[in-house]
Amino acid sequence: MSDMDDMDDGSGIIKKFMFLNRKAPHGTVYALEGLEVVLITAAFDQDVSLVFTDDGVYQLMKGIDTKGIEVKDFSKTYRALEGYDIEKLYVDRTSLDARGLTEDDLIVDVTVLADDEMANLMAEQDVVISF
Amino acid sequence: MPMVNIAGKEVEVDEEGYLVDLSQWNEDIAKYMAVEEKVELTDAHWEVVNFLREYYAEYQIAPAVRVLTKAIGKKLGPEKGNNKYLYELFPYGPAKQACKIAGLPKPTGCI
Repeated sequence: MSDMDDMDDGSGIIKKFMFLNRKAPHGTVYALEGLEVVLITAAFDQDVSLVFTDDGVYQLMKGIDTKGIEVKDFSKTYRALEGYDIEKLYVDRTSLDARGLTEDDLIVDVTVLADDEMANLMAEQDVVISF
Repeated sequence: MPMVNIAGKEVEVDEEGYLVDLSQWNEDIAKYMAVEEKVELTDAHWEVVNFLREYYAEYQIAPAVRVLTKAIGKKLGPEKGNNKYLYELFPYGPAKQACKIAGLPKPTGCI
């Protein structure tokens, strides 16, 4: 067992990874597992983008209270992403609008994209992983 | 999961000895974990342990070592936010050992 962040394999290949978060934060394990994968990926110094779309935008909502469902509230962890040098967070306008949300309802700073901008961003990626 | 008796209290730990319920954490547990890790706790160690507890309270995760190092540098200054300083305090990995002593889970991304 080691702290793997200190390793350097010297390959130096940087790919564009997009993690697509589409599901509500609780009820399934996707959101939390996706977040953990993102935190692990951060150790490999890749070009990482996170997208929150459909019910995935709820993952970023302020003021989540999970006491009633007795699960961990990991929404604060999105604020730690900056420390992991993951600073490209995107939300699509259509998903926000459909749920009556605005950027002010979100726990972190994000870039809000229109549908065509999101499509372009996805087209640029080497790898897209959906949760 | 295994139970250990720490200062007269039964405490549940995982298979690697990390505290399962971090709300049970207290100084006795920290001292017990430190003995397990063969770390002699000084004020400098406590500073890192307390930093980690604050980090966890704020972000709900145990940081990877690189992130911990950077965050400590920001808060406590560059003379503490570097690998040499932190590995001297926690030779088997600052994130791994200090998290265990702080009652946190093993850092995400630590294999």
